[in-house]
Amino acid sequence: MRPSAARLLNILVPVKRAVDYAVKIRVNPQQTGIDTNVKHSMNPFDEIAVEEAVRLRERLKDQIKSIKAVTIGPPKSIDTLRTALAMGADSAIHVEMPESAPAPEPLAVAKALRAIIEKQEGGVDLVILGKQAIDDDLGLTGQMLAGLLNWPQATFASKVDIDVAKKEATVVREIDGGGEEIRCHLPLIITTDLRLNEPRYASLPNIMKAKKKPIEKLSASDLGVDLSPILETLKVSEPPKRVGGGKVESVDELIAKLKDAGITAV
Amino acid sequence: MPFFVSLARTRCTPRPLTRFIWPVPVVSRRGVSFYNADVAGLTEEETEFRNAVTEFAEKEVAPRAAEIDKTNTFPSDLWEKFGEMGLLGITVSPKYNGLGLGYLHHTLAMEALSTASGSVALSYGAHSNLCVNQIHRHGTEAQKDKYLKDLVDGKKVGSLAMSETGSGSDVVSMRLKAEKVDGGWRLNGNKFWITNGPVASTLVVYAKTSPEKGSKGITAFIIERGFKGFSTSPKLDKFGMRGSDTCELVFDNCEVPEENVLGQVDRGASVLMSGLDLERIVLSGGPLGLMQSAFDYAVEYVHDRKQFGQPVGTFQLMQAKIADMYTKLNASRSYVYAVARACDRGRTSRRDCAGAILYSTEKAVEVALEGMQCLGGNGYINDYPMGRIVRDSRLYTVGAGTQEIRRMLIGREFNEQLKN
Repeated sequence: MRPSAARLLNILVPVKRAVDYAVKIRVNPQQTGIDTNVKHSMNPFDEIAVEEAVRLRERLKDQIKSIKAVTIGPPKSIDTLRTALAMGADSAIHVEMPESAPAPEPLAVAKALRAIIEKQEGGVDLVILGKQAIDDDLGLTGQMLAGLLNWPQATFASKVDIDVAKKEATVVREIDGGGEEIRCHLPLIITTDLRLNEPRYASLPNIMKAKKKPIEKLSASDLGVDLSPILETLKVSEPPKRVGGGKVESVDELIAKLKDAGITAV
Repeated sequence: MPFFVSLARTRCTPRPLTRFIWPVPVVSRRGVSFYNADVAGLTEEETEFRNAVTEFAEKEVAPRAAEIDKTNTFPSDLWEKFGEMGLLGITVSPKYNGLGLGYLHHTLAMEALSTASGSVALSYGAHSNLCVNQIHRHGTEAQKDKYLKDLVDGKKVGSLAMSETGSGSDVVSMRLKAEKVDGGWRLNGNKFWITNGPVASTLVVYAKTSPEKGSKGITAFIIERGFKGFSTSPKLDKFGMRGSDTCELVFDNCEVPEENVLGQVDRGASVLMSGLDLERIVLSGGPLGLMQSAFDYAVEYVHDRKQFGQPVGTFQLMQAKIADMYTKLNASRSYVYAVARACDRGRTSRRDCAGAILYSTEKAVEVALEGMQCLGGNGYINDYPMGRIVRDSRLYTVGAGTQEIRRMLIGREFNEQLKN
């Protein structure tokens, strides 16, 4: 659904409730996953996404019509929506899943997001996602969503500038060699990288104001999407404990040792 | 890929992780607190409030705590940050930019800040409860309009002064004199032990307007730093709470306009005493925060430190220390939260407000010392925070009242109640 020319922007920010970055992860006894009975919070890259949306509004002011946060998860995920609302989102959508259901995979999430975008009155011009979630480190959802919608994507963004009148965005992407600057048409998918911004923490007055902001509840069936996994996890285990190395006295000795280990080209 | 797992876990976040400098052995903080939210009995809303303040404290205060203690200086940029966060007017009406919440919330905020830095929390408590809350409760509309917004926004720092060198526990024996003059009052004398004294612009000060009437001759005034005849002396060099600036106030024919009387003339004692109840309960968050910090640190340490081939925390005597610290912390917290909730329901009990700070203070000193012991030799060097926590905990046994006075007060309440 392509939006018409010369209008205000609607931004969608999907957020995920993930294990808090400071928690020391342990594999569960059944070796099917990690112990999730620990502190959770919004995925740090998603915080950067919400922050970027709020900063865009601070820069572009009335040209940003709405900032909507969305999450797909169990009832507790509503906390991440409240955080997004407290940071500056206007409203939110909670696609609620039962507590016992397995976490949805990126393809299912992308399909759900597509369904939500197609339902939005007035369309969506910009979707800003975190580049990856720190629990699975998959980094797929943004790209899959762009593919499903046939929209351009600017991933690993470290700088975003929007020209609303021209319906264009200039994005600097983090790549191995440095930064790559690209220009894209809207509507656009952006995924955030670490250096894009430093998220604000929600102030107490904003947290209290956020309670009055609307949260729409939807289910997978409302969207016509199946969120069940198509991958089967066979086993999860910790990486092997690192063993000590050895010290060498000279470059020659280093080369000799590398040759012995078979790690040289000659 | 192990490399990518660890990369995502520790590097892909803008927030600093606490790290300690070489060459001493390093304890890497997991950054997870053992605050027992279920036992604390907080509602979802209270939990969200507490999490927000905790995150703020961990980011803005905790990383600077060691430096603050070392330099004996409160960072001046923190006041506006507190203001923006909404921390300075928790119990103040939204009309003055406050949050309009209760004493439990204020205690939670105090506790979260104290976990990050005891001295920062103390200055915070003095500003937001001792000064701001008193003006909010007893001020005229004109006074509230004039003073509260800047205090709540953190643009001005607040303080409260009742103690003198000669009047601590016997506070109503205070000698700061206020003489009636044309248009107002003239103050002469001194105050001592005044938290935030060196930097405060707005001070609630108690003086004797009618010395011959003893306790019935005290009046509360709002003093501005710019008043003629008001000055402060250099800050004190304290054993602990180094970062909460404390000093003497000097009134030398200080001129105070009539409209700055807070409450009624000669009726200041009740302003003072009722304020003390609420001060006690909110400041009880201080010892709680110190205990949480000491416990979180010590319990991780004793599981990282190995001797005789196993973590020292698995030896029975160390298990006992963990158990004692944990139970004292949670028992104190339960009492403090219960009393705070009662205050919010309008049932402020003098003996329980005193009891809450009495008990939590005593346990905080014990837990801090035990925590220091858990660290062995490392507890004795200043590279580790335990020494600071011990020093900070000692303040509450004499600051905001002494343990002895608190005990006397509770006993006296029962004497009064049960006399024939």
